[in-house]
Amino acid sequence: MTDRERIKKRHDEDEVLDDVDAGAEEAPSVAVDSEEVDDLLDEIDTVLEENAEEFVRNYVQKGGQ
Amino acid sequence: MPVPKVIGTETEFGINVRNDPDFNPSLASSLVVNSLVDPRLRVGWSYDGESPRRDARRPFTEAFAPDVDGSAANVVLTNGARFYVDHAHPEYSSPETLDPLDAALYDKAGELIAHRAAASATRLLADGQRLALYKDNSDGKGASYGAHENILLDRSLPFGRVIATLPTFLVSRQIISGSGKVGAENGRSATRFQITQRADHIEELVGLETTLRRPLVNTRDEPHADERYRRLHVIVGDATMSEVQSLVKLGSLAAFLAALEADGIDDDLALANPVEAAWAVSRDLEMSTPLPLAGGGHATAIELQWRYLELAEKHDEGRYATVIAEWEGLLADLEVGPERVADRLDWAAKLGLLEQYAARGVSWDDPKMAAVSLQYHDLDPALGLHHRLVARGMLRRLFTDDQVDAATREPPTDTRAWFRGRCVERFADALVAANWDSLVFDVGGERLQRVPMMDPLRGTEALTADLVEAAADAESLVNALGGTR
Repeated sequence: MTDRERIKKRHDEDEVLDDVDAGAEEAPSVAVDSEEVDDLLDEIDTVLEENAEEFVRNYVQKGGQ
Repeated sequence: MPVPKVIGTETEFGINVRNDPDFNPSLASSLVVNSLVDPRLRVGWSYDGESPRRDARRPFTEAFAPDVDGSAANVVLTNGARFYVDHAHPEYSSPETLDPLDAALYDKAGELIAHRAAASATRLLADGQRLALYKDNSDGKGASYGAHENILLDRSLPFGRVIATLPTFLVSRQIISGSGKVGAENGRSATRFQITQRADHIEELVGLETTLRRPLVNTRDEPHADERYRRLHVIVGDATMSEVQSLVKLGSLAAFLAALEADGIDDDLALANPVEAAWAVSRDLEMSTPLPLAGGGHATAIELQWRYLELAEKHDEGRYATVIAEWEGLLADLEVGPERVADRLDWAAKLGLLEQYAARGVSWDDPKMAAVSLQYHDLDPALGLHHRLVARGMLRRLFTDDQVDAATREPPTDTRAWFRGRCVERFADALVAANWDSLVFDVGGERLQRVPMMDPLRGTEALTADLVEAAADAESLVNALGGTR
């Protein structure tokens, strides 16, 4: 078995254990929860400037490294 | 011989004043920095001994004057950090840390420090105006500003070894260092979205510059330490807000360099065209593009990172166990796709947000997409989209709010930052100036007293707590140090 296969195998085993642990307590969270993102997008207009085009155009930075 | 990997980060924040498109960015940056610390407690910066034009590729014989404006706002903080104006940006330089977890924590603390300063500055502005800071690296119009990583190296490691190996590591690391960007810049090929903010601004393989013709390997040779050491100055990573991502970005670099010092990095991994590969990797959201290697054959960015992970793990003596576990988890999940790492990588979290926005019918070239991308980086917890995702539990954290808050005040214990930070806390009235490798005290005598700190691994809590905490005032401290130096 190469190093890479060994590391991947170990990771896969960890993952099985993780899933068991998570399942025992609560539903495992998934990486992208589209409902949460949907809720965030529903309120996006309260966060973004009224005029997105002007906001993006005016974001001009100077003198950076 | 591997030396302990002391790590420090530098973050130049993007700055904007809402409802004042004509604001002066240098003045606004000064307002931010000067809003943070009571003037009576402000400790200034000393530029003695700085040599940013010294080049690692040649002997240091020329005397260069440091390119700095001594009048610019500039403070040293009780956590050992520096917060100052660099031209037209507020910049936070974290205190020196030894553990990559601490490096990620103090980088995060810098966001909170900068946000508090911006909120204070906003109170001085007209009604309806807001001083906003962004932890990003590009304005989308060709201007880029840096998130620099500084790591201590053994000076006996030939710099040619760094030049031979580091570019390939950094180019492949983009898949775990990117914060995501809408569109292309700087004349590079068009793309809807790319993994990094910085790739389009990389133009050379090796060089001394940081503001133009930016190189993959920066040769600035300014160790801020004694001659046993070199300070590697990495300028091509993105500023990251995800705590896990900052840990792996910084920790994988440290583990890679430790393996390099142990002669454990293979030259046969070297990319044939690292700069072109940097642009390609940043655009490859599938992470499956085969990149040509200098010695023949091809490898993808993920394959290269797996190999570096193996080599780093082989040479690790236990210091990087946490980093290696997180690094490995990211690579395994990156093989599945960006959606699997949206809870740990800024670029993937941002991509998920934008894709779902697009699914609502917003076109990718609608300015709203660029606005969402920019708003991801706003430091204000109420308005920044990274913060909003974190508040909804969408990104995994490593630190509690209390830990981050404590790190804005208390220095790391295991580097000279501890001595610097504690002296600022206890003796600010007598501290005339500070910098990375010295403190200058005025204790009432004819001459100022300079306390050198040339070794980043000394000045720790273990070595100096007795002296610092026992000293009733700065004069007793200076006298006590005089007896031991």
